[in-house]
Amino acid sequence: MNSETLQRLLQAQRGREPVAMVTALHSGAQRIVCARQAADDEFGAVIVDGFRSDRSTVQSNAAGEHFVEIFNPKLRLIVIGAVHIAQSLVPMATAAGYQVSVIDPRAAFATAERFPGAEVVAEWPDEVLPGLGLDARCGFVALTHDPKIDDPALGLALQSDCFYIGALGSRKTQAARRERLVAAGFADAALARIAGPVGLDIGARGAPEIAISIMAEMTMCLRHGGAGHDIRRDDR
Amino acid sequence: MHDVLFAANDWLQQGRKVALATVIETWGSAPQPVGSRLLIDRDGDFLGSVSGGCVEGAVISEAIDVIDSGNCRVLEFGVADETAWEVGLACGGRIRIFVEALDKAGQP
Repeated sequence: MNSETLQRLLQAQRGREPVAMVTALHSGAQRIVCARQAADDEFGAVIVDGFRSDRSTVQSNAAGEHFVEIFNPKLRLIVIGAVHIAQSLVPMATAAGYQVSVIDPRAAFATAERFPGAEVVAEWPDEVLPGLGLDARCGFVALTHDPKIDDPALGLALQSDCFYIGALGSRKTQAARRERLVAAGFADAALARIAGPVGLDIGARGAPEIAISIMAEMTMCLRHGGAGHDIRRDDR
Repeated sequence: MHDVLFAANDWLQQGRKVALATVIETWGSAPQPVGSRLLIDRDGDFLGSVSGGCVEGAVISEAIDVIDSGNCRVLEFGVADETAWEVGLACGGRIRIFVEALDKAGQP
């Protein structure tokens, strides 16, 4: 790999731009293909599919084998609420490769010391989220169960392409939240995207186990897509 | 896995001669997914992972060869492969790994 190719890959990662790198395995020759160039590339269909499935594959043509490698933007997790569960969830998500932002307007909770390795923002979510550019490589989880903090944040998440939207709270809390969001103008189809009660039903007790159930559910949505979400609901 | 590429850039800036090993295909229960990377320098120092530690030794010695020759190559490891470090892949899977030199300039 030459320096120019490496710099292009790093630039794409920093700018959250999906790109593919095609490597001829016999010669080592490489090219970078961005989303808008994919249509003109001989492996274009594989690349477009790869962006969606986040899978890299070996392809063959007359010249030999080629590794079509997908470089999607790094996964991000937005956590609303610098609470106890968040303290368990953040290191797990970090270990799974997520870049984590914790947002909570309560400055006493939102301290860097409580969340090593995460970006901690002690501001109201509705002020911070628009600047974060939530996209399809973002998971989102609201953990304060304080409507003043969670509701506006959930509203913004629902308007984004986040692949996972979770909200902490009992069934009663979820029902009340649902009524408020319906009153705020959100349709049923949009509200169906909210995973709540949050996390897979693994009988979790205590913050670390709840964090495991959230990580499991978020991973399922990431890897199986929306279908995974429906399976979870059918089982309940 | 992309963090290894950022580290590769740092190592290059430090003037180290480096190679990258990348998992390109897996069969069965391979320990690291496609796209996993190992960064290796001429002294055999390394960062990242391409298996659960089973074949890293063999990959590192091939990578030093690649740094010296500049020629990329594809390695394949399976459970019965004698070139795998000590025990091979205990999981019973098979992996293919592409090893290439990283150059500050030039190279294909």
